Amino acid sequence: MANQVTLLDFWPSMFGMRTKIALAEKGVEYEYKETDPWVKTPLLIEMNPVHKKIPVLIHNGKPICESLIQIEYIDEVWSDTYPILPSDPYEKSQARFWGEFIDRKFYDPSWKVWATMGEEHVAARKELIEHFKTLETELGDKPYFGGEVFGFVDIALIGYYSWFKAMEKFGEFRLEKEVPKLVEWTKRCIVRESVVKSMADPDNIIQYACVLRKNLGVE
Amino acid sequence: MAEKEEVKLLGIWASPFSRRIEMALKLKGIAYDYVEESLDNKSPLLLALNPIHKKVPVLVHNGKAILESHVVLEYIDETWKHNPILPQDPYDRSKARFFAKLVDEQIFNAGFVSMTKAEQQGREDLAEQTRELITYLEKELVGKDFLGGKSVGFLDLVAGSMIPFCLERGWEGMGLQVITDDKFPEYKRWVKNLEKVESVTDCIPPKEKHIEHMNFMVGRFRSS
Repeated sequence: MANQVTLLDFWPSMFGMRTKIALAEKGVEYEYKETDPWVKTPLLIEMNPVHKKIPVLIHNGKPICESLIQIEYIDEVWSDTYPILPSDPYEKSQARFWGEFIDRKFYDPSWKVWATMGEEHVAARKELIEHFKTLETELGDKPYFGGEVFGFVDIALIGYYSWFKAMEKFGEFRLEKEVPKLVEWTKRCIVRESVVKSMADPDNIIQYACVLRKNLGVE
Repeated sequence: MAEKEEVKLLGIWASPFSRRIEMALKLKGIAYDYVEESLDNKSPLLLALNPIHKKVPVLVHNGKAILESHVVLEYIDETWKHNPILPQDPYDRSKARFFAKLVDEQIFNAGFVSMTKAEQQGREDLAEQTRELITYLEKELVGKDFLGGKSVGFLDLVAGSMIPFCLERGWEGMGLQVITDDKFPEYKRWVKNLEKVESVTDCIPPKEKHIEHMNFMVGRFRSS
């Protein structure tokens, strides 16, 4: 059966970047369809009727939604090359735990830090830096969250890389000062071909954030 | 696996997140020690094992802690491979994971968390939103005994512990009818099927006590 893979994604999405990285790590060829999530096209509605959001991975006509679920799917289907998740159940559970942490704890302040003002902004900044530090502690002295190998948690977090500069600018902090070891980790990740191919330009992201801030009345 | 396995579960009797782990352990016939935690007086053990979230459930297996209920369920399935709860096919697995997230995030939010902070009209609106979300599960149940197919699976444990055996008790306490009779025939059939499964019914919180607890939680969420 021909393997037909399509990705519906929006260029600034940190979630789409994760999926692109995973596909690239596995060497999967796919069709990329730029999809503005604010414009609910028939295709987007058909493929993600529940949330009508991107990214949506479509494999032989079947949609898979939610980026971390997509990464697990990609790992299970293209299992003959470059494992993204560890094979040991305990190690796997640790990787999944940190994926959840990034999505449930890190995500909120990561956008509130550029999208809000006043008290909400101050609280978001504090929380974000705390979470960066927690992640740095988890990384420890390992080259990657996956240990010797660039894996699931690395992909989950590096997907946000393009947004780090915007977080620093609007949050008025420097990652180099707060989490120097984590910054070293980002340098290791961003030389990977899969990451290079999947990232958006951080300056374009800042411009995009500026537009959103204006729309939200934050500027 | 000949030597004695040390399995311990830290949970709370009223929590759907820890009840679903008990169901999974029972389904797989795994012996475990249970430690009842308290919302307000968390044990030093819980705080040591889950310093980041300080929440149940925590599964301890041969000295190692596994956290987050979905992560624990998948760990159990991968470690004790008999009576599998996740489907084999990657696409079916992705769907189960997707709907499990929907239950614990959007349905739990609209169907409880947001309701606690709303007044009567707001709650009615949220009830309608919750119905729309549960309709996705209704559609998944067509032609199936369980969300997992012929037997209880991962999504049955997540959705079962959450909706009929937790949220419905909350709605009863709030005087809301969310699962209307006409719109959810598949859901009702599914709940009847779940009630025939010992590993599920053995792990359901007692109803009246649970309704009382959910009312208490409404107050708690409201003031937070």
